Amino acid sequence: MQTKNEKVIQANQLTKRFGDFTAVDQITFDVNKGEIFGFLGANGAGKTTAMRMLCGLSLPTSGTGRVAGFDVYKENEKIKKNIGYMSQKFSLYEDLTVKENIRFYAGIYGKSDKFIKEKTQSILKQLHMENEADKLVKALPLGWRQKLAFSVAIFHEPQIVFLDEPTGGVDPVTRREFWNMIYQAAATGITVFVTTHYMDEAEYCNRVSIMVDGRIDALDNPSQLKKRFDVSSMDEVFLKLARQATRSE
Amino acid sequence: MDNEKHSVSVDNLVKVYGQKKDVVKALQGISFEVSKGEIFGIIGPDGAGKTSLFRVLTTLLLPDGGRVTVDGFDVVKDYKEIRNRVGYMPGRFSLYQDLTVEENLTFFATIFKTSIHENYDLIKDIYSQIEPFKDRRAGKLSGGMKQKLALSCALIHRPSVLFLDEPTTGVDAVSRKEFWEMLKRLKAQNITILVSTSYMDEASLCDRVALVQSGNILSINTPRGIINEFKKPIMAARAANMLHLLNDLNAYEKTEEAYPFGEYHHAVMKENFNEEALRNYLLRENEKLELKRAEPDIEDCFMDLMKN
Repeated sequence: MQTKNEKVIQANQLTKRFGDFTAVDQITFDVNKGEIFGFLGANGAGKTTAMRMLCGLSLPTSGTGRVAGFDVYKENEKIKKNIGYMSQKFSLYEDLTVKENIRFYAGIYGKSDKFIKEKTQSILKQLHMENEADKLVKALPLGWRQKLAFSVAIFHEPQIVFLDEPTGGVDPVTRREFWNMIYQAAATGITVFVTTHYMDEAEYCNRVSIMVDGRIDALDNPSQLKKRFDVSSMDEVFLKLARQATRSE
Repeated sequence: MDNEKHSVSVDNLVKVYGQKKDVVKALQGISFEVSKGEIFGIIGPDGAGKTSLFRVLTTLLLPDGGRVTVDGFDVVKDYKEIRNRVGYMPGRFSLYQDLTVEENLTFFATIFKTSIHENYDLIKDIYSQIEPFKDRRAGKLSGGMKQKLALSCALIHRPSVLFLDEPTTGVDAVSRKEFWEMLKRLKAQNITILVSTSYMDEASLCDRVALVQSGNILSINTPRGIINEFKKPIMAARAANMLHLLNDLNAYEKTEEAYPFGEYHHAVMKENFNEEALRNYLLRENEKLELKRAEPDIEDCFMDLMKN
């Protein structure tokens, strides 16, 4: 469902400085509608700062950017309404039940009670979690939690979903089930912007960018990247690039 | 059981949380032994029981059943002995954020009645990388530097057994490689290392591994041994449309299971499958098909063991 000409993220020379430290250094790239875009980089390369700017949480120092059709300087509230976000570190409220979490997030995005009620049922069914609806989230295994968190992040049908290391610590079977959900979301036209430390997951992306010292040093589909660096795996591509880094976190 | 030879000996260890109705069996009677100077990996996803196991081994939690010894000492009776002999790096950063790098290290050295100077040779390799920042507060360090400081503090009293609970979670591929190189050098000093991880690829860097899931050990062996135990044929396949290919592979009657595996899909086949028949079947609807035999990876083994 990837449509080449519709850009949902456009970053041009996007830069963020903290004092004399340039966390993100003139990054320029586009992401297409329905694309699964892998955003890789070593710890400290500037991924989180870049993501915060794209999510409307942090104003750039210079450069331009549009996300979901809105300007990253002037329309960040509109950006927030049109994106979804989940991370490994924080995704759901552990002391709320499964249903309460869905209700809470959907309510924040202003969805109607009717919409929430209907969609909650279909999501619980899809996740095979009908029996867990009234259980506290903290009682669920991590893998279930992360799959639920992803469903919650796209509940309001955003144009783009940002996933920050969504599969860290998750078992290999659940990790694959999670990627299955990503594929399905992308097939409905949701653009997926994802970071990961698992290099096999980089292979599942349509295109991958690799950040080094605040710059995007490579951006292409996985097979082109491997060809360009003359290696057989994304792991080696990543190591070759990340080892050139001069700054540490 | 001969504890002389073993650094760590775990016999039928049970750990249970909660009461009556709401019981969680974190460790369901696991047994294993670790030899002196071995790097032993505890490989398993979040919730497998890795942290509970480490806390029992470091005498921070009492077992609910079974017998556990570390360096020949019983974790219940001789906990004080054990605490002097082991180093522990918990999964969560647990040093004093308001003390500087050097103050943290001095603190741990003093508790164990030693000094930085006395054991400097052991930590030099690691500590020298953060020594330029020795006056910085630990709370202000980056993730990678915190990890190096935590490892230095765990080593400062020259422990005979080192416990590392998920030292590489959330750490990028480059830093993970460097960390494992440090562990290899510690092994050369005859320190026994128990390390847990959720990264399957790190299993191959251990001398032996235990694959754990839901409080049970699925298999214990050398990385090679685990792979050799896997007897089913695996095919690796890729094509222009990977999603379509995956569906076709899973629909094939002689496929046991197919799943994405990086650049290729892996299909675990039934014993009596025919490679040419599979190829012809897939060629019908998959352009640019590439199909070949694959060697199983630890991750294939783990997924297979998880199912049974």
